[in-house]
Amino acid sequence: MVYIIALLSVIFLGLAILVVSRMAAVIKNARGPVEEGHIGMSNRINAALFIVFFVLGVIGAAWSFLYAQQFFLPEASSPHGRRTDFLFWLSMGIITAAFVVTNALLFLFSYLYQHKEGRKAAYYPENHKLELIWTVIPAVVMAVLVFTGWRAWRDIMAEAPADAQVFEIVGKQFNWIVRYPGVDNNKLGAYNYKLIDNNNEVGVDYTDEASFDDFVSTSELHIPAGKPVLLKIRARDVLHSVFIPHLRVKMDAVPGMPTRFWFVADKTTDEMRNITGNPNFGYEIACTEICGQGHFSMRIRLIVEDEASWQAWCKEQKPLLTSTPDLATRIPANLKAKAAKYLPADAASAPSDSSTASTNQGGGISVASATIR
Amino acid sequence: MATLSTHSATVAHVEEHDHHEPQSFWRTYIFSEDHKTIAKQYLITGILWSIIGISLSVMFRLQLGFPNMKLEFLRPILGGWINEAGKLDQDFYLALVTMHGTIMVFFVLTAGLSGTFSNFLIPLQVGARDMASGFLNMLSYWFFFLAGAIMFVSLFIETGPAAGGWVIYPPLSALPQAHKGSELGMTLWLVSMALFIVSQLLGGINYITTVINLRTRGMSFSKLPLTIWAFFLTAVLGLISFPVLLSAALLLIFDRSFGTSFYLSEIYIKGEALPNVGGSPILFQHLFWFLGHPEVYIVLLPALGMTSEIIATNARKPIFGYRAMIASMMGIAFLAFIVWAHHMFVTGMNPFLGSVFMFLTLIIAVPSAVKAFNYITTLWRGNIRFTPAMLFSIGLVSFFISGGLTGIILGNSALDIQLHDTYFVVAHFHLVMGAASAFGLLAGVYHWFPKMFGRMMNEKLGYIHFWLTFIGIYLVFFPMHYIGIAGFPRRYYAFTSYDFTKNIFADMNSFISLAAIFSFAAQWIFIYNFVHSMFRGKKAPQNPWKSNTLEWTAPIEPGHGNWPGEIPAVYRWPYDYSKPGAKDDFIPQNVPYSQTPESNLPHENELISLEKEIEAQNLNDQFKQPH
Repeated sequence: MVYIIALLSVIFLGLAILVVSRMAAVIKNARGPVEEGHIGMSNRINAALFIVFFVLGVIGAAWSFLYAQQFFLPEASSPHGRRTDFLFWLSMGIITAAFVVTNALLFLFSYLYQHKEGRKAAYYPENHKLELIWTVIPAVVMAVLVFTGWRAWRDIMAEAPADAQVFEIVGKQFNWIVRYPGVDNNKLGAYNYKLIDNNNEVGVDYTDEASFDDFVSTSELHIPAGKPVLLKIRARDVLHSVFIPHLRVKMDAVPGMPTRFWFVADKTTDEMRNITGNPNFGYEIACTEICGQGHFSMRIRLIVEDEASWQAWCKEQKPLLTSTPDLATRIPANLKAKAAKYLPADAASAPSDSSTASTNQGGGISVASATIR
Repeated sequence: MATLSTHSATVAHVEEHDHHEPQSFWRTYIFSEDHKTIAKQYLITGILWSIIGISLSVMFRLQLGFPNMKLEFLRPILGGWINEAGKLDQDFYLALVTMHGTIMVFFVLTAGLSGTFSNFLIPLQVGARDMASGFLNMLSYWFFFLAGAIMFVSLFIETGPAAGGWVIYPPLSALPQAHKGSELGMTLWLVSMALFIVSQLLGGINYITTVINLRTRGMSFSKLPLTIWAFFLTAVLGLISFPVLLSAALLLIFDRSFGTSFYLSEIYIKGEALPNVGGSPILFQHLFWFLGHPEVYIVLLPALGMTSEIIATNARKPIFGYRAMIASMMGIAFLAFIVWAHHMFVTGMNPFLGSVFMFLTLIIAVPSAVKAFNYITTLWRGNIRFTPAMLFSIGLVSFFISGGLTGIILGNSALDIQLHDTYFVVAHFHLVMGAASAFGLLAGVYHWFPKMFGRMMNEKLGYIHFWLTFIGIYLVFFPMHYIGIAGFPRRYYAFTSYDFTKNIFADMNSFISLAAIFSFAAQWIFIYNFVHSMFRGKKAPQNPWKSNTLEWTAPIEPGHGNWPGEIPAVYRWPYDYSKPGAKDDFIPQNVPYSQTPESNLPHENELISLEKEIEAQNLNDQFKQPH
């Protein structure tokens, strides 16, 4: 590529020299007499240049495509992604054909019908049949593309299957926070943005017992392979957009309006390492809606693993409640018993002030009751 | 008999009008009510804005193409925005992107293109003395000027100009604490845009009124040049859609300054949960794109209209399918209003709505395809003269096709999931809307320069300018598609944070940046040619391109009222080029059929009897109204 740039720089330089020399000549001629209606050499040069441009352009386009291809994303790691990729390359094929043919005609006609002394242009103002033909052909092609695209869209955007594994991803300036439905009940608890603070970055609502075992991460999202995954997406401050390029997933994160996207990731990170031949390969989640200064670096890693190892990994994780026992103050009295098993046992013995002390006391009792139950 | 007497009376009246008091310098050149002067004001302002707008893009292309480059040499211009390490500030990068978009879309391609040529050509091509209201027209320019002045000032304030992307989506743009660019810069952006919208509405009302009411004798809608059809439809689009942007901006001003929650809900930012609930950021996007999509056609239609005229004139052929061209422009103008949500497929909008908007969006490809085919067929069996204007028009058609085709992919909601907000989108709209419209603007300047300034632009420099620009723009935007297909998101300061963008396409980005600098450099040829020709160009003949439309029947440098004496009447459509039997290869619109028996088609001979009637109409000459 460096050579190409060097080559092009030389071409540009050549063109620049040409321009300067022509300009000098032009300025010299500018004081000459006006040649009214005279159409000379320039017309032929311009006409020929269209052909040159087209030929070089097609070669350049083909070569650059073949060169750039190696950097395109690998085959999609999700069934819906492979479907949209197929439609993309199908559409690309159709429009490339249209692109080449129409541009060829445009430049070819420019060349063929350049001014010739004594020739008169054809007086050809309309032809209804032709108009009809080139209204109908694009319309039919569009209909096919729309129909296939619409079916793919409908399936991708359909409600997630009931057995889909749910995760929550929350965008903030400037990172993503993922929340897992927990080590035990596999249900995401409720949330409320007013509960957000440094300890509770996604505003988990501990009046909902489904929240107790939820755990969060800002560094990576682990998902099971081969199983429908439903991402529940929201934003804390401004718009963000979840983009998982290898899975062909994108959906905005909107404050005040939860969105979602479901998909199946059917190639684990390890499999992708083999396929791409890159031992360091990792899935990534990016942000594609401008969100401020750090927009370009909202990276979070995505790890796709087979279901068994995913389950095992989940079991090792500590609920947010366990790692941040202060949150226990938010649990209403009637649910304290259920939360107790997620609270570290030694929390009871280290009261820092009266309110935590009383909570911990309550916690201690509920441990007992939970054990009895 | 009655006709005859009114006729002689009006001739006397016209004589009076030829001797206007010379106006002061201020009224002639600054606060002028003359449409030609206002057009030139728009054009020159537009050119100045385009220099600023493109310079901004070159600055961020330096960052994207050469991320390790020391940009200290920019410090005299950018000051503190170049940090100690000699790198571009991350906030300012976004400000550059935002201001580039705003300036190019609104100030250059809306005001500079439509403002210039609607003002200049509508009265001259429909045969009117001036715009319906010269005063509103003057106000329109000065509102634009004021909007521009405020936007310009915002570039220099301490917190920088608006920086939330040209689409200024809230909540980012609504919360000053979210972003530097959402502080004073955003306020100035909103004030500037509000004034700009006022300017557009004043202009639009004038264009519509002039086209409807002030057409000369015989100039029926079916004889209007396609340029005027395009300007007319553009003005209608603007008049309907700009107020919606104004309402979006007003609500945003309320959210920013008066504590309302139109766009804000459930936000926790900088350690604080805001009280706003119930608003919707998506509402803003709907309102914005209700303007934003027609805006694409507001910048493109005038370019297409002028291209139709220039291609027909220089191919020495009637435009192919005049009625189909009008029908497709009307179709595009209508569909432009009902496709806006294709910008929002992945915003969380109801997927069913997405399906509807996908259907509607892909329909718009049909009239667009018809236009492209008609341009190509107009070239077929022509006798083409490659004036610089003609070259730029052919270039426009090429960009319109190349950029338009990728729209078929992006308009497909299933494919948009992956490509949304990637460089694929950037490549698409820069070709179809940016480059195509810019080529329309340049073609228009080359074509109508003789009428504007009474002198010719240098053709050879025009050729060189065309070829360098045409090649340069393809070199910038064609490779950009590849970067988009590889998933590179737009508005990224650097591509170093992700494995999937790290270490690839760095050379491609350098190449694009070089091509952008090259294309920008080529524009100075144009600017030199423009300024030089204005004062030193060869004197223009009255009808240098042997064109049919009315402006070429006016004096070389039309004065106040455009035509001394009577406004010419119109008898035929504007595309009688190379008519079989005719002596010349063009017959201007003001030549009656009775003078061209050798070339008349059978149905045209019947129209001869209507000529007396056309001549007798004299309703629209402002100089003949009692005042």
